Amino acid sequence: MSTGIIINLVYVASAVLFIFGLKLLGSPDTARRGNLISAAGMFIAVVVTLLDQKIIAYEYIALGIVLGALVGAVAARKVAMTGMPELVALFNGFGGLASLMVGWAALAVALSIADATATVPLFTLVTVFISILIGGLTFTGSLLAYGKLSERISGRPFMYAGQRIVNGLILLAVLACAVLFILDPTNQNWLYLAVALALVLGVMFVLPIGGADMPVVIALLNSLSGVAAAAAGFAIGNILLIVAGSLVGASGLILTNIMCKAMNRSLRNVLFSGFGVVKKVSGPVVEQGEVNPITADDAYYILEAAASVVIIPGYGMAVAQAQHAVKELQTILEANGVEVVYAIHPVAGRMPGHMNVLLAEADVPYDLLLEMDQVNPRLEMFDVALVIGANDVVNPAAREVESSPIYGMPVINADKARTVFVLKRSMASGFAGIDNPLFFKENTRMLFGDAKEMLGNLVKAFD
Amino acid sequence: MEIIFLTFVFVLSIFLGFELINKVPSTLHTPLMSGSNAISGITLVGALASAGSANQSLATILGTLAVAFATINVVGGYLVTDRMLAMFKKKKQGGES
Repeated sequence: MSTGIIINLVYVASAVLFIFGLKLLGSPDTARRGNLISAAGMFIAVVVTLLDQKIIAYEYIALGIVLGALVGAVAARKVAMTGMPELVALFNGFGGLASLMVGWAALAVALSIADATATVPLFTLVTVFISILIGGLTFTGSLLAYGKLSERISGRPFMYAGQRIVNGLILLAVLACAVLFILDPTNQNWLYLAVALALVLGVMFVLPIGGADMPVVIALLNSLSGVAAAAAGFAIGNILLIVAGSLVGASGLILTNIMCKAMNRSLRNVLFSGFGVVKKVSGPVVEQGEVNPITADDAYYILEAAASVVIIPGYGMAVAQAQHAVKELQTILEANGVEVVYAIHPVAGRMPGHMNVLLAEADVPYDLLLEMDQVNPRLEMFDVALVIGANDVVNPAAREVESSPIYGMPVINADKARTVFVLKRSMASGFAGIDNPLFFKENTRMLFGDAKEMLGNLVKAFD
Repeated sequence: MEIIFLTFVFVLSIFLGFELINKVPSTLHTPLMSGSNAISGITLVGALASAGSANQSLATILGTLAVAFATINVVGGYLVTDRMLAMFKKKKQGGES
């Protein structure tokens, strides 16, 4: 058997391992094994590729792998669970950049061969440009998303008049460069310009998107990094890149769709509307009554008498580092015979499923984490809904107030529980800057203060 | 390789991806994302050929950089996914945890 056949057979095996790995990710019991299987698929693919006869120098490969592995391993160990969205965005960007370079390198090789013999095939040229365009915009788009998520850059949407037209023109310019280069591959300036413009486009594309919409953006960039890898696969004629890349592309697209639905917005709207800047309208506001504050000691009496409690965490809980305090409260409530579950809104964290990871870190068992659709029909049955650092995702205005900017967004109906406790630092509004009528409901009691401290006081009251 | 053949593989893989991922519960969406992110580092395989071909200096430089960045993606992605998944625990029997 020739090496080529062996390599391709191993690629088939590797693709099978990726597929099995993703399949096992479908359940928390098997997910860890699934990830290992997928990693094994990657490992055999890399090892067998090194057998390729075309590879004659290993020193640069070794250098790249050692450097990359070191950086990757350190980043994976060091990152805090709250910082997961930034890290995923950054990794995404690196994947996109690698695809850009693979496409470019394939072009450089093809051109050097073409000097001697014939012209570069059109198919190679086109696919190279696709991998450069998508890889490039994934890279800089992800870097900007990283900056916004880690708050190195303001998370506010940055908009100006004619923004969409400018972005459209940049895209057209990239395509024009591609065409000009394909017509005359000896003039490399068009290639450089296309690379530069693809990088600029990534920045321009993420600029108008606000911090609150980042879950959608990361999911979309995730998808694009897969598509970029698939495009690079087309460029170098490697099937494994195409298979793996399109699996990731599909996965990212599904997550993007889920996130958009959870915010009741179309992808178009998320990408172009800059949510949260113009929404300072004081329209027909709901009749806002009195806010009823309550102390931890009084809350204790209600919690002590409760039979069931649903905890609704938001990102504010993670900001206050209150996960472990929540878990403590859960333990003490359960010891008191109270049924405790968690209701998780799809956009409760800053990336899809983020809240689940944050709670898992605090040892909250995953089978207590209920999805919004599971918990909403039975919210009336709960004695207490404990809202911690969440705002927009429990806002009843989304159901009741047609003029509200978030009207129609699916929310957790916390207000339906017999008593609602809202743990909140102050009366400031959430990410979207929208008033929340929940705070003024008759069955709502506000626990003002730092979430961690307040939970600590509640736990103390039980002792 | 034939364009049609590659496109065929591409389209079928996308459908397979949709089928596979639709079954993943939202609890696991973050690990799914970082795990699939690691898979997209497969571009490493393409980068290896460029970095090692040693007959075109621009391709070698680009290839080496691509190897480094893709490896960050692969190694970091799998490790961080494993770290997250190790934290997911089921409730013990009997109501206490």
